[in-house]
Amino acid sequence: MVRLIKEGRILDPSLGLDLVGDLLIVDGTIRGVAPSIEYPEKVDTISARGCLVIPGIVDIHVHLREPGEEWKEDIESGTRAALHGGVLRVACMPNTKPPNDSPEVTSYILEKARERAHVKVYPIATITKGQSGKELTEFGRLKEAGVVALSDDGKWVSDASLMKKALLYAKNFDLPLISHCEEPNLSNRGQINEGILSAKLGLKGIPFSAETIAVVRDLLLLKETNSYLHLAHLSVKESIPFLRWAKEEGLSFTAETCPHYFTLTETEVDGYNTIAKVNPPLRTEEDVQAIKHALKEGLIEVIASDHAPHSPLEKEVEFELASFGMIGLQFLLPLSYDLVRQGFLSQQKLLEYLITNPARVIKVDPPNFREGSPAEVVIFNPEKDWVVTEECILSKSKNTPLLGRTIKGKVEAVILGEGVFRL
Amino acid sequence: MRHLLDIQSLSSEEIHGLLNLAENVKEILYRPIPKVPTLRGKLVLLLFYEPSTRTKFSFERACKVLSADTMSFSAKGSSLEKGETILDTIKNLYALGVNLVVIRHSLSGTPHFIAKHLKIPVVNAGDGIHEHPTQALLDLLTVREKLRTFTDRKVAIIGDIKHSRVAHSDILAFQKLGASVFVTGPAHLLPEPKEIPFFEVKPGGFKVCLKPREALQDADVVIALRIQKERHGEAFIPSLREYAQNFGLGPRELEWIKPGGLLMHPGPINWGVELAHELEKYPFQVILDQVENGVAVRMAVLLSLLSGE
Repeated sequence: MVRLIKEGRILDPSLGLDLVGDLLIVDGTIRGVAPSIEYPEKVDTISARGCLVIPGIVDIHVHLREPGEEWKEDIESGTRAALHGGVLRVACMPNTKPPNDSPEVTSYILEKARERAHVKVYPIATITKGQSGKELTEFGRLKEAGVVALSDDGKWVSDASLMKKALLYAKNFDLPLISHCEEPNLSNRGQINEGILSAKLGLKGIPFSAETIAVVRDLLLLKETNSYLHLAHLSVKESIPFLRWAKEEGLSFTAETCPHYFTLTETEVDGYNTIAKVNPPLRTEEDVQAIKHALKEGLIEVIASDHAPHSPLEKEVEFELASFGMIGLQFLLPLSYDLVRQGFLSQQKLLEYLITNPARVIKVDPPNFREGSPAEVVIFNPEKDWVVTEECILSKSKNTPLLGRTIKGKVEAVILGEGVFRL
Repeated sequence: MRHLLDIQSLSSEEIHGLLNLAENVKEILYRPIPKVPTLRGKLVLLLFYEPSTRTKFSFERACKVLSADTMSFSAKGSSLEKGETILDTIKNLYALGVNLVVIRHSLSGTPHFIAKHLKIPVVNAGDGIHEHPTQALLDLLTVREKLRTFTDRKVAIIGDIKHSRVAHSDILAFQKLGASVFVTGPAHLLPEPKEIPFFEVKPGGFKVCLKPREALQDADVVIALRIQKERHGEAFIPSLREYAQNFGLGPRELEWIKPGGLLMHPGPINWGVELAHELEKYPFQVILDQVENGVAVRMAVLLSLLSGE
């Protein structure tokens, strides 16, 4: 099967490619990029006029909820949502039930993914057994089973000595550690950002120091161990200067944020709106600006969705009993593209943050348009508006404050291997 | 006004309206037969998910004076223990023909949550560390009765401001009617700098004081808060004697306030901790007036939410 994508703006951050032209795919493999390609035989032509033609996005912060919480999401539904968002590879967080803290659970996830996933799934395992922060998991056996990274996501490894051991031991296996930066005593029972709104709603606040103290400790341990660390979903202004310090020190780290931390503010939770309850919490406009500037400065260089599906069972309850999290796979690219519109990032830079940098974190080759690479192609119309409705959300769960809002930028088609999906 | 969920969403006109109505209906309490038929046939549900004596009895009394029927519910022995969600509980109770729900809950925002899902009025009888609007209204009524005006009055609140829903409602309510509110207590139990803008209803109307004397000096009203051990679960105060010595009120502290200044407490009181025993005899102590006004205020709330139906 021959497919020809015509007249798109073709961008590939790993090749530094940026041209308007055609992309040729033969039998699911990239066969060429040029300003104009004429193919002698009959081909399936896909017009990309006015669109960006980009490699698939790599989202390294996704909760697929399988095994154990399949009423919220499963590997099939989560990866279907990913596909529709142009996310062609996902790394799934290990806070499943049971948590992915053993090669058996890893194998289960990979097997399910082989059977039912629409996009590539990379499992992440926990750093500690049962995410309890007490004992390290079997890094070596987990690596062999197929995990790409380790994280106690949702919990910080608060025992500094144990975290130091983990940073060192991970080096044996080239396994990246991902830290959920949250000092648990400070955030204990916290519900939303600490400030005016927490006072207004009478909810315990989560102070910036809960995040920043964790960031600083982790960076100090990194300096001491000369290991590598990825900092997940940063949200506060106060964390940024310490990232700058770590860059100056030459530490080997990457930092991540999510679209909601540079798009939404705490006001979303006013009126006890549990749909906007997320951890770390939505912060203030000042934090939003600081995160954008940190992206611009390159201090934060990975954007991930932190796709966290929850059903009405977890959300239509008293605010303090509601679970943290919102879905994000289908909004990752359009919301992130606002950074280009607002002049914070170039198109190429944004794609690095969404494709090549996250791939580098989990040490895989990113989707690309090199001749001979498998086709992982996304056609994105940055100008097309669409309204977020429950119907267009492919996740089992619809928990997003964006419901009913108009979003700019839509994935029009995906070509994944032999398959083509016109969305 | 569809519900009474908090003071923050009330205008000063609405507050005055409720106080006027309370003042008018209070007289009923002194009649030989203190009962009127106004709310006959109305069914009020009292949902108390947290222990309460005076607030629950006060609402019940208010209902009875107005001839409303009541059903009450406490968390113990309810479907909560069977794992039913609060939403299901409420929907089922609504199906019984309830006209109004009074709810107390240990989680902030629960009244707001059920109000979103119910077509009938909801009255907040205290939610978590958020607000306790009827307490603020009865405090206002008590001060208005004794001092007549609020403009340029200084109200001092002493204690655990951070975790007190009474304090939160009072801080907003007194300022909305023109008074200034000074709060003091252990510094870690006071609003943090980031939170202060929310409590400042009028410019300069709210001040956080580290020294109790600064708050109490020339105050027209002093409200001492109960030290609530049950709401913390953490050791916030080194010891009760340390608290009593530094933040408890005694005759010496009352020397600092204005002559004739009122002493109030939302109750129940830990005598010897936040108030010295001697203060029971302080002539301008109005703690039992507060209790009486509680009934009047709750009658006013029930009337304004139900009689328009």
